[in-house]
Amino acid sequence: MSLIARVKVRHHDFALDVALDVDPGQTVAILGPNGAGKTTLLRALSGLIEIEGRVELAGQVLEDSATRLRVPTEERHVGLVFQDHVLFPHLSVLDNVAFGLQAQGRPGAKKIALGWLERAGLADKASSMPRELSGGQAQRVALLRTLATEPRLLLLDEPLSALDVTIRAEVRRELSRQLASFGGVRLIVTHDPLEAIALADRLVVLEGGRVVQSGTPEEVTARPRSRFVADLAGVNLLRGKAHGDRVALASGASIAAPDAGEGDVFAVIHPRAVALYLSRPEGTPRNVWQGQVEDIDLHGDRVRVRVTSPVPLVAEVTPAAVRELRLQAGGAVWVAFKATEVSVYPA
Amino acid sequence: MSGTRVPAALVALAGLGLLFFLLPLAGLLVRAPWDQAVAGITAPETVTALGLSLFCSLAATVVSLVLGIPLALVLAKTSGSLRNVMRALTTLPMVLPPVVGGVALLLAFGRRGLVGSLLDQAFGIQIPFTTAAAVMAETFVAMPFLVIAVEGGLRSLDPRYEEAARALGARGWMVFARVTLPLLRPAIFSGAVLCWARALGEFGATITFAGNFPGRTQTVPVAVYVALETRPDSAIILSLILLAVSLAILVGLRDRWLGTP
Amino acid sequence: MTRRLTILGLALVLCACGGQGTDSLPGESSITVFAAASLQPAFDKIGARLQTTNNIRTTFNYAGTQTLTAQVQQGAQGDVFASADTSHMTTLQGSGLLSGQATIFAHNKLEIAVAKGNPKHIQTLADLSRAGLVVVLADPSVPAGKYAQQALAKAKVTVHPASLELQVTAVLNKVALGEADAGIVYVSDVLTNGKVDGVAIPEEQNVLADYPIAALKSASNPTGARAFIDSVLSSDGQATLKSAGFQGV
Repeated sequence: MSLIARVKVRHHDFALDVALDVDPGQTVAILGPNGAGKTTLLRALSGLIEIEGRVELAGQVLEDSATRLRVPTEERHVGLVFQDHVLFPHLSVLDNVAFGLQAQGRPGAKKIALGWLERAGLADKASSMPRELSGGQAQRVALLRTLATEPRLLLLDEPLSALDVTIRAEVRRELSRQLASFGGVRLIVTHDPLEAIALADRLVVLEGGRVVQSGTPEEVTARPRSRFVADLAGVNLLRGKAHGDRVALASGASIAAPDAGEGDVFAVIHPRAVALYLSRPEGTPRNVWQGQVEDIDLHGDRVRVRVTSPVPLVAEVTPAAVRELRLQAGGAVWVAFKATEVSVYPA
Repeated sequence: MSGTRVPAALVALAGLGLLFFLLPLAGLLVRAPWDQAVAGITAPETVTALGLSLFCSLAATVVSLVLGIPLALVLAKTSGSLRNVMRALTTLPMVLPPVVGGVALLLAFGRRGLVGSLLDQAFGIQIPFTTAAAVMAETFVAMPFLVIAVEGGLRSLDPRYEEAARALGARGWMVFARVTLPLLRPAIFSGAVLCWARALGEFGATITFAGNFPGRTQTVPVAVYVALETRPDSAIILSLILLAVSLAILVGLRDRWLGTP
Repeated sequence: MTRRLTILGLALVLCACGGQGTDSLPGESSITVFAAASLQPAFDKIGARLQTTNNIRTTFNYAGTQTLTAQVQQGAQGDVFASADTSHMTTLQGSGLLSGQATIFAHNKLEIAVAKGNPKHIQTLADLSRAGLVVVLADPSVPAGKYAQQALAKAKVTVHPASLELQVTAVLNKVALGEADAGIVYVSDVLTNGKVDGVAIPEEQNVLADYPIAALKSASNPTGARAFIDSVLSSDGQATLKSAGFQGV
């Protein structure tokens, strides 16, 4: 029942190269910035785009460029849920949900469809038209329409991003429930880390058409391997060459980090561990640089201060501190963090 | 769009344009011999010509729908130079003078025509001078309107509807019949109306290919032309009747089918 | 839609026809002649001769006589009017659109036009009622069509035509194209069109068509109009008409 996919797509100036192995019963979220190729990947798996490579689902080869085998979309039994539902506007909710069943030639399609609507609490909308539904209802109906065909692989393209923030949580909960009871392979594509972490058992980070990282949400955010994930986890991510207890950065600066090891490494420092001074501090911190405040951002009761220096950093401080130091954009400032606060791991 | 003031100069030009359409119609209404109107409307020649015109134009529209919608589908899904050639062919009747179209039809389907000669020798079928010929002439000039309207509708359709249908397991025919076609309804309707109107008014190709015979090929435009020289009053009455019938159908249908799904 | 408006606005459009202002060479004058379609081959020659002898440039408007009559009645500008029957000329006379009297300048007779070689072996008007024959006539509103009806009535023959064409030349063309097996046209038409053969209609069944010519009141060049009419009535003009199949006066 697993999905084994080696997908290569070339599109004008964009190249996708992804290897994916997903077991059934697992929800995998493909996370990445816009333009990373997430939607392309989904469309490739559902057969809407021709690929170079191989896709195998539940033991059946769906596509193999080596043998020129290509099962068309309508025969793949793969469910695709679009970002903004794409319900058939001229068919009622019931007819929408029954559509796939009718395509499969299932007798009593409408009755089965009604069953799905009842279980989701949407039976009263059965005869409504898609334009009469709210965004959340429409998205739920779109999911039911696909689930009703009992596909072997469920592909969800940014299932919540088209929804209002206020109803997103509610729909996410329901989605979670539906996914839990779905037996096949589940793949969700999203650029929203919250969505990914809330719905997925495993994260695959896609950037520039390539997988840069994969693992559980915790593993991925603890050890980010890209700016995107670092930003998402809200940490400072630096890259350099480690030698003993120092890491040399590309900018020429070198930071102190005990047991850094040897070779290419990522160095992560939490913004909370970065302290700001008006003048060169004297003390134990081994990592001290002079820099310039680039911008100041209020986040609730914390302030994130971005500083340009030989080591570019974001520091998290209190508003009171900002006032005391009279920090402002363009002003000179010193940054410091303890070597022990630097976590280093191989790149 | 409402709320923005149209520049006065444009309004003036628009007014001129409207006047250009209005004046001939006004002339028709004002000069019409209303006292002969009833006699004119019920005269057998009038009823015959009108009935024939309605039959031929509707038949031409049906043929255009049956052939034109698949043609538009193929055009929309093709690309490159092949599509350009096909597109040029299907829109050629629009730029061709109708009489030239009639001559072309004769050369293709006449007794000595490319296909016509085969039909005559093999089956004894002769097309010119028949009602079928009138329908063919009207179809030839009117179908391009339908094809263009439907192709335009297809291109502006969100491709994801068909993709969603396919992802749900629907094969080609089911996608076309249950998703594409219903979503195309406004484009098909407006194309069919244009097609029908053009067919109804066709004269040059009809007279050249089908000829003129009351009850068989004398459609209203031909009847008007014949009457205009000898019985202008009859011609005017006939013209008014056609105008009224067309207006009635257009207005009657417009509201019912033009709503988006 | 456009077609309908064009038909309906025919009256307005036709007003613009005829009487075109032509750029003339110094010393040259020009005239516009409205003439029945069957007169084209002969009148073209007469017009060319007029250019060399009188330096008059002639622009011809050939159409069915009924069409030309309607045009003139709707106000079309012309200098000379040559009709294929007297009734249309009389109509114009009655509307006061003629300058002076009309003169008969030629006669024409009817003939049956058939395909080259007469493959269907048509010998008489009676043969035209044969089953399976495609016969085309001019519409009764056209002089040739009216004459054809008269001839058929004289011969006591009933014909079921496939089409009633709006110009006698259209009848001729349908036969020449092979679309029709036979049509009733003028003797002059068969002569000048080399692509058909003619079958004569006996005197007692035939109809003598009178062709009158007159200057129009709306003439912008009355002198030129007179010159043209004189040319038509001259021995040269009559010879041209005879060689085109007409009978002179």
